[in-house]
Amino acid sequence: MRDVRDVLMIARNTDGKLVRRPLSPHVQVYRWPLSMALSILHRITGVALGVGTLLLTWWLVAAAVSDEAFARAQWFLGSAIGLVLLFGWSLALLFHFFSGLRHLVWDAGFGFDPPHYNISGWAVVIATGVTTVVLWAVGLALW
Amino acid sequence: MRGPTEPPNIEVMRSPLARARGLGAAHAGSSHWWAQRVTAIALVPLTLWFIWSAVRLAGAPREVMAAWLSAPLPMVLMLALVVATFHHLQLGLQVVIEDYVPNEPIKLGAVLVLKALCVLLALVCIVSVLKVGL
Repeated sequence: MRDVRDVLMIARNTDGKLVRRPLSPHVQVYRWPLSMALSILHRITGVALGVGTLLLTWWLVAAAVSDEAFARAQWFLGSAIGLVLLFGWSLALLFHFFSGLRHLVWDAGFGFDPPHYNISGWAVVIATGVTTVVLWAVGLALW
Repeated sequence: MRGPTEPPNIEVMRSPLARARGLGAAHAGSSHWWAQRVTAIALVPLTLWFIWSAVRLAGAPREVMAAWLSAPLPMVLMLALVVATFHHLQLGLQVVIEDYVPNEPIKLGAVLVLKALCVLLALVCIVSVLKVGL
């Protein structure tokens, strides 16, 4: 037992003997409460948005390079694949945005109790759905 | 590592409390946590502004985009968005790497590569914004 972290996994049983604590079961044995699903989604959408920044970079670089480069970027973003990517990006961004606001409220010390985190969790889901639909309705109308 | 059937014994002369004190297990105190929150708060108005701008620029030709980015306010906000986004992204992905990569050398290497990528991509975006807008 050389690593101090391993010491945390040792306890005494009722006879006073040192024993290894059992590991708690992992993700696959639990039912999925809303808070757990949203927590995992927050991380997944965060990673996805990291990939999405490549799209933003391409858009800005293309604008800096030439008319043809920018036209190509705009054409791709308006194509079927581009629109699917943009839809996924906007959905991930809005979810991460509302879920992030929920985290900031928690960090400020509010809403971390059983009834409140379920209410705010559903609020995040509904707000994400509504704003994504409104955004695309307005976007497609202006486009 | 001993098998689970062998009786464990403790050789470390350091309590878990000592490890948690001061700068804690991450050796960086709470600075990472704070930076993540500060960039998150900055990104709340910046993201709303960016979404609104992106919708208005959907399918726009290069002259329209350049004219928009040349105005002082959009240029400053775009630069702020790029800096806050890549800083926030770097902090977040670092935690993901630290959570899932148990091997210390690989973990350190992955975090350094991530930092380099985020800094370089942010600089590419900044140079592009300045080139279009100035």
